[in-house]
Amino acid sequence: MFRVQQTAGSVLCCTCGIPMAPNAANMCATCLRSQVDITAGFQRHLTIIHCPECDRSLQPPRTWLKTPLESKELLTFCLKRLNNPNQIRLIHAEFIWTEPHSKRIKVKLKVQKEVLNGVVLEQAYIVEYILQNQMCDSCSRVQANPVQWVAVVQLRQQVAHRRTFFYLEQLILKHDAAMRAIRIKQTNRGIDFFFANRSHASNFVVFVEIFVPIRKRYGKQLVSHDTKSNNYNYKYTFSVEICPICREDLVCPPPNLALGRLLICTKISTGIEFLDLLTLRHRVLEAKEYWRTPFTSLLSSKQLVEFVVLDLNNLDKVNVSGSKYYMADVQVARVSDFGKNDTIFFVRTHLGQILKPGDYALGYDLRAANMNDMELDKYRGEIPEVILVKKSYEERRKKQRGKQRSWKLKTLNMEVDGDETMNDEYEEFCRDLEENPELRFNISLYRNEEYQPSNDDDPPSVPLEELLADVKLNDEDDEMMG
Amino acid sequence: MATRLRFENSCEIGVFTKLTNAYCLVANEGSESFYSIFESELADVIPVVRTTIGGTRIVGRLCIGNKKGLLLPHTTTDQELEHLRNSLPDTVVVQRINEKLSALGNCMACNDHVALTHTDLDKETEEMIADVLGVEVFRQTIAGNTLVGSYCAFSNKGGLVHPHTSVEDLDELSTLLQVPLVAGTVNRGSEVIAGGLTVNDWTAFCGSDTTATELSVIENVFKLREARPEAIANEMKKSLIDTYV
Repeated sequence: MFRVQQTAGSVLCCTCGIPMAPNAANMCATCLRSQVDITAGFQRHLTIIHCPECDRSLQPPRTWLKTPLESKELLTFCLKRLNNPNQIRLIHAEFIWTEPHSKRIKVKLKVQKEVLNGVVLEQAYIVEYILQNQMCDSCSRVQANPVQWVAVVQLRQQVAHRRTFFYLEQLILKHDAAMRAIRIKQTNRGIDFFFANRSHASNFVVFVEIFVPIRKRYGKQLVSHDTKSNNYNYKYTFSVEICPICREDLVCPPPNLALGRLLICTKISTGIEFLDLLTLRHRVLEAKEYWRTPFTSLLSSKQLVEFVVLDLNNLDKVNVSGSKYYMADVQVARVSDFGKNDTIFFVRTHLGQILKPGDYALGYDLRAANMNDMELDKYRGEIPEVILVKKSYEERRKKQRGKQRSWKLKTLNMEVDGDETMNDEYEEFCRDLEENPELRFNISLYRNEEYQPSNDDDPPSVPLEELLADVKLNDEDDEMMG
Repeated sequence: MATRLRFENSCEIGVFTKLTNAYCLVANEGSESFYSIFESELADVIPVVRTTIGGTRIVGRLCIGNKKGLLLPHTTTDQELEHLRNSLPDTVVVQRINEKLSALGNCMACNDHVALTHTDLDKETEEMIADVLGVEVFRQTIAGNTLVGSYCAFSNKGGLVHPHTSVEDLDELSTLLQVPLVAGTVNRGSEVIAGGLTVNDWTAFCGSDTTATELSVIENVFKLREARPEAIANEMKKSLIDTYV
């Protein structure tokens, strides 16, 4: 259908007489605004309570929200504090600049409302917020007593070495698990972690539980009691005991666990993995089962003795289950005996593929060891004299003594209780890392800039691709860890 | 000259009166103030008649007329018809018509020569209008509204229409009516022109809410200023000779 072009005419505003396009009220915008003020019921001044220490503002009754100056969060917070009568529509809101120290925030709002006979009027107006200083609860607590802790996690392991704690320290650093700890203290046989919040401590315990088999207990102590509001303040303690069996330990488990006679521990995680020397099978013992009938190890890595391999005779030609262990008959002699006397041991070992005649190996000397174990007494006649555990790189390491490694580790800052020097143990731990790639899996290693590579025959070391470059401020992150 | 007044506290004057060049119909009210204003303005020139139509006071919206005639809806009672016939001069033909759209004042607007009507009016009514009022009838809408009688008011000199009328519509209506038209408002921005305003060739009455701007627009378009003595004197001055050279 043909429609004639309609151009709007102009009428005179009924109050002031200026020509304008006709609208529902037939008044020009100025006259309308002077007649009607849609912002009549609004608040122009409001107070916000603000904590100067942590830059947070209070949303009553108890929440503190982070509100930096001129940010989106502050704007949302300011708008929420305005209560909006009559369902007026907010079109636009923005900050007007005020001096940062004036404790005033100005927000310009544009609102729209329908007035008279269907005319929608838009008006801008300014709201001023006065910031009142008040410290929030957490800041005031920190101010009162900075080292005040609410929960503590006490990690303990009843063994003579600290390998587990070194390993845990690296894990904690990699996963940032101790980020919220107020204080970390090292004690004999363990580490204490102090937290400001019970849930932080609980999370930490859960984190530790993933990596080592633990037994935990928790208790609480009443610190104060508010009779009026019935608020009770407690100190919580989590006692965490780590299982005393470590890697490379020799164990003889109780028969009701049906694990075998003599086992070497190969891996610790949520369960303990053992290698049965007779069958070359791996057995796993769950943490809960272990703690039902806990047992200690017979011999641990401190009691490893060095042997020289004189002759090797491989028994298994074919590898059945894909493990890296092959049975072999070896002739070994202790390094302390080698050359002095003719004491030679004929033993069966699982390291058939790894050892060659002339290699050094570390193992347990059961004939000379003094072990006091009821289970072992039953087997007295049938235990082997020597059990080889791993290959030793001691000769090569002698050349390296004093030289630095190509990588280094970070450390947690702990308070050390007493005068303990653990350099030897730390050195052992680093060697362990070099020799076992699977241990390195969960740990971050950093490149050591001061390292000069040597051309000699090196003991096994960490390949360069696995090292993370130390993070500097202007460089990019160089993570190539697989 | 335009006068501002109220009918019983309402500014909608055009609802309660009908003003033409030959007569004026006024509704009944409690006090006499409304009637007395009309009387003072018009009584010596034209008859001012107090009446009801169909028992109601909204006389302005129910009837339509000019100096030649007056049309009444079918709801008019016989007594009212007689009363009107008696009160109005003999030159004015008073006729009652049967029309479905019985609010004739809302459906039609007319002056002495032309009438605009609702688009759905009956054919017979159109003929009756042409007959009785002696006008040329055009079916039109104003700003998209069919109630032309409510949204415009015009006399033989000029006219005022709904403010939202487009420029093209205004031109078209102006050519039809052969009078200058202007889009404007009355009673402080009200769009119902004929409800707030009643006008004839030399005078106009509007609601007291009408602003000065609206009043000046009305006076300009209906050429009411020229009725004043100063205007006449100005006109005459051109033809008077001061000194005889």
